[in-house]
Amino acid sequence: MLSIKNLYANVEGKEILKGIDLEIKTGEVHAVMGPNGSGKSTLANVLTGNKSYEITSGEVWFEGKNLLEMDPETRAREGMFLAFQYPIEIPGISNATFLKTALNEIRKYKGEPELTPKEFLDLIKEKAKVLGLDESLISRAVNVGFSGGEKKRNEIFQMLMLEPKFALLDETDSGLDIDALRIVSNGVNIFRKSDNAVLVVTHYQRLLDYIIPDFVHVLSKGRIIKSGGKELALELEEKGYDWIKEEEVDTSTKLEAEKV
Amino acid sequence: MNEIKEKETKPTEEISDDMKVLDDLTSSEYKWGFVTEIESETAAKGLNEDVIRMISEKKNEPDWMTEWRLKAFRYWQKMEEPKWANVHYSKIDFQDISYYSAPKQKPKLSSLDEVDPELLKTFEKLGIPLEEQKLLSGVAVDAVFDSVSVATTFKETLKEKGIIFSSISEAVQEHPELIKKYLGSVVPYTDNFYASLNAAVFSDGSFVYIPKGVRCPMELSTYFRINSQETGQFERTLIVAEEGAYVSYLEGCTAPIRDNNQLHAAVVELIVLDNAEIKYSTVQNWYPGNKEGLGGIYNFVTKRGACRGKNSKISWTQVETGSAITWKYPSCILQGDNSVGEFYSVAVTNNFQQADTGTKMIHIGKNTKSTIVSKGISAGRSNNSYRGLVKIGKNADGARNYTQCDSMLMGDKCGAHTFPYIEVENNSAKVEHEATTSKIGEDQIFYLNQRGISAEDAVNMIVNGFCKEVFKELPMEFAVEAQKLLAVSLEGSVG
Repeated sequence: MLSIKNLYANVEGKEILKGIDLEIKTGEVHAVMGPNGSGKSTLANVLTGNKSYEITSGEVWFEGKNLLEMDPETRAREGMFLAFQYPIEIPGISNATFLKTALNEIRKYKGEPELTPKEFLDLIKEKAKVLGLDESLISRAVNVGFSGGEKKRNEIFQMLMLEPKFALLDETDSGLDIDALRIVSNGVNIFRKSDNAVLVVTHYQRLLDYIIPDFVHVLSKGRIIKSGGKELALELEEKGYDWIKEEEVDTSTKLEAEKV
Repeated sequence: MNEIKEKETKPTEEISDDMKVLDDLTSSEYKWGFVTEIESETAAKGLNEDVIRMISEKKNEPDWMTEWRLKAFRYWQKMEEPKWANVHYSKIDFQDISYYSAPKQKPKLSSLDEVDPELLKTFEKLGIPLEEQKLLSGVAVDAVFDSVSVATTFKETLKEKGIIFSSISEAVQEHPELIKKYLGSVVPYTDNFYASLNAAVFSDGSFVYIPKGVRCPMELSTYFRINSQETGQFERTLIVAEEGAYVSYLEGCTAPIRDNNQLHAAVVELIVLDNAEIKYSTVQNWYPGNKEGLGGIYNFVTKRGACRGKNSKISWTQVETGSAITWKYPSCILQGDNSVGEFYSVAVTNNFQQADTGTKMIHIGKNTKSTIVSKGISAGRSNNSYRGLVKIGKNADGARNYTQCDSMLMGDKCGAHTFPYIEVENNSAKVEHEATTSKIGEDQIFYLNQRGISAEDAVNMIVNGFCKEVFKELPMEFAVEAQKLLAVSLEGSVG
């Protein structure tokens, strides 16, 4: 589904991603873990086309298409979804209006007819119920006056509504208490199916107690320095990032040695 | 769309490109820029007592009207142009303007069939096919083309209820007692420079009279349009709501593209008696000038309403997207006890437009209430100022005011300014003022992009959300028009 090859990216002239390689297949859930400043959020933003991030080299293929040639809305319409770390407020626009516009844009792109108001309402009620979301949230302005937990939940709600092929969760667990974490994770687990894929970006292992990944990758200083199964997350939790970093030093020393 | 795609493949130019998107989105051409080829009768340029007598004579006015005009003119000659507004333009030569222009045609029209087909076509381009409106929308339209009212619909229906809805020229002839009583009673000819000029030379406008206890069954609407080159348009509108009466009045304005600036100095007077209400909505889309700031309308307007009766109410709602310069403060004088004044405004400036607009709420009666919600949007190199006065008089026990004043900036070359004046002489008053300034965020646009919404639609959505509190005050059809207008004013490719 998603193939990232040797991806380099800058933010404000500073190189953050330094050669990322990652293959995500349909039906898989991947987790990218790493300490602060390792480039996790940069990866999420680069993939979705945020213009504050500059790609200097590399390729990304999404469902056989060149992702980097698409503008952000086309990526979204092609089925890429980002659950934002800091969801944005849009005053005066209700969640319902916002979601209806988004959903119909995506449907139009796929050549599907727009939903009737009745169909839309039924869908929104169904998904809200699945997530245990208070229906009043739907008529409130997008993220305005939402608590941190409500904002994150709203992101997951949007994901369920838009049914993307590929969902990116950027630190969705940050700032959540244990109940909210459970609700959000539950939403992701309902979402994950054999015909989509999920990439969870997180600092902490605890989210992965609820969303069990197929693969875990450790990001450090803009590179994936270790990949493994779900047990890698537990190992990280136990030993901390320093353990990997030490290993990385070993590896890079080895590499340098090889070069010599 | 191409712009946006191109942007994606050249991520190195991110910052300037982002500004470019805003630029592209905010620099659109004026859509209503066509000129109707119609033979018109235009007075020679210049202003003196003879010109005023000529206008009065053309309109077959009684002597008292001519005298009133002349008094205004003599007063105006001693006045100076106001300089306090936060707008800049080269001095207007008032002798270089023609003060009268009228389409040449049959003097009296009893139905639309008699209207010049060219004129009707113009109205169609404006999106107000009179015939259709007459049949479908239930809106009575008094269309003002340059200076003479050419068609008035629905008059008969209104007549049955005793409602008078006519051009002001006609009202001078047919209801002189009402005109004598109310004209200039809210905005006297001595009021201000432009109001005095208007009193001297006003060409036409609308008159509405709602008798006691009558609720006007439909929304009344006037469509103004400036057509001839270098003619000032001086409209005069007078609306009277007797005890317990109600009317909702809509005013829309457009003007074709002209190179030279044209002056528009209108006066609107509202009079509301006990338990009566007037709701006055404006969508103003005069030609704003081109992208370089050339041409455009100077819109110097005096609008004021008097809540004379107990429990009376005036509500002004305006969506101002046009004009090179706007100078306009629809105001309420809250004389009657428990009277209510409201002002809801969206003012959009783009390219080189300048707006200095707001309201005055003058609390005189007891327990009077006023609400001000102003939304200013600045784009391009424009300047947008809110200027508002809240005055609580000595005897206005229990007066309350709530003011909310929000500005939105698009790009980094425009300006937003707020000039609130508060004068309180009664210590039982409650006055609240809130103000915010925000910048339309790249992060907001990206968030909407990421949900499949294009940059253009995203800007549209954010701006509409920003203006929502005002739009919800507009009558339905007008709200839709206002949203479209905003889209056209701020975006490049909406066709």
